[in-house]
Amino acid sequence: MEGDIVQMGAYIGAGLACMGMGGAAVGVGNVAGNYLAGALRNPSAAAGQTATLFIGIAFAEALGIFSFLVALLLMFAV
Amino acid sequence: MAAEAHGEEAGGLVFHPMDQFIVEPFFGDGAVSWYTITNATVWMALAVLAVFALLVLGTSKRSVVPGRMQSVAELAYGFIYKMVEDICGKEGVKYFPYIMTLFMFIVFANFLGLLPMAFTPTSHIAVTALMAFAVFFGVTILGFVKNGASFLSLFWVSSAPLPLRPILALIEIISYFVRPVSHSIRLAGNMMAGHAVIKVFAGFAAIAAIAPLSIVAITAMYGLEILVSFIQAYVFTILTCVYLKDALHPHH
Repeated sequence: MEGDIVQMGAYIGAGLACMGMGGAAVGVGNVAGNYLAGALRNPSAAAGQTATLFIGIAFAEALGIFSFLVALLLMFAV
Repeated sequence: MAAEAHGEEAGGLVFHPMDQFIVEPFFGDGAVSWYTITNATVWMALAVLAVFALLVLGTSKRSVVPGRMQSVAELAYGFIYKMVEDICGKEGVKYFPYIMTLFMFIVFANFLGLLPMAFTPTSHIAVTALMAFAVFFGVTILGFVKNGASFLSLFWVSSAPLPLRPILALIEIISYFVRPVSHSIRLAGNMMAGHAVIKVFAGFAAIAAIAPLSIVAITAMYGLEILVSFIQAYVFTILTCVYLKDALHPHH
C-alpha cells in the first residue's frame, strides 16, 4: 500500500517536471525571436551569427533537458 | 530505460512506443553479453560503413568537376572545417579530424535510424554519454597540458567586479561539470522523444476512423525529425568546438 503511494508521488512528480520543458520552450523562442529581430535590422551581419544562435539555443535547451532528466529519474530510477 | 518499458502495459496501443529502443541480439534470441552482435552494434557498424562509403569511395575518383557523392563529401568537409576554424581559431584545426569523425558518425547514425524498422544507436544514453565524456575528459586534459595551472583561470572571470568573482567561480565550476550531462542527454533525448512520438502516431493508425489524420501526422513528424537529426548532430559538434576553444584559450 505504501509502495503504491510512493509510485503515485513519483508519477505526479514526473508530470510536474515536464512543466520545465515549457520554460525551455520560452527560452528557445526568446533566443530565436531576438535573433530574427536583429537579423531583420541588419541582414548583412546575420549570416555570421548563426553559430552563436545555435549555441544560445543549445544552452537554453540544456535547462529543459534537466527537467526531462528529473522526469526520467522519477519514472525509472526512484 | 527501454528494458523497463517493455514489461509495462501497452496502454491501449498495439505496441509500446518505447519497444523500438530495446537492445536485443541481432541473430536469434538469447542473453546479451559484451560480445553479442546486437541491433545497436549492427546499426553503428552500418553508420561507420556509410561514412566510409561517402568519404573514401565517394572521393576516390578525385575529379576536378565533382560528382554527386564527391560534392556531398566536399560540402560536409568544408562545413565542419569552417566551423572548427571559426570557433577554435587556427590552433583548433589540429583537432579537426576528431570533430569531423564525431559529426559524420552522429549524423549518419541519426539518419539511418530514421529508416523504418531501424534502430537508432544515438537514442541510447550509453552511446551519447561515451562520446560526451570522451570530449569532456579530452578537453580537460588538453586544457591542463596546454595551459598548465592557468587553465583554472577559466573559472575566474576577470572582467567581473571583484566581490562577484567567487560566486561566479562557483557557478562556472558547476556549469563546467554539468557539461557532459547536458551534452549527452540533449542528443539522446531528442532522438528518443522524436522516434517515440512517431511510434505513438503509428499506434493511432490502427484505429480506422483517425488513420488518415495519423498518417498525415507521421509524415509531418518525419519531416521534422529529418531536420532535428541534422540539427542535433550540428549542435553536438558545435558544442564540442566551444569546449575545445575554452581549453585552448581559457582566458575570458
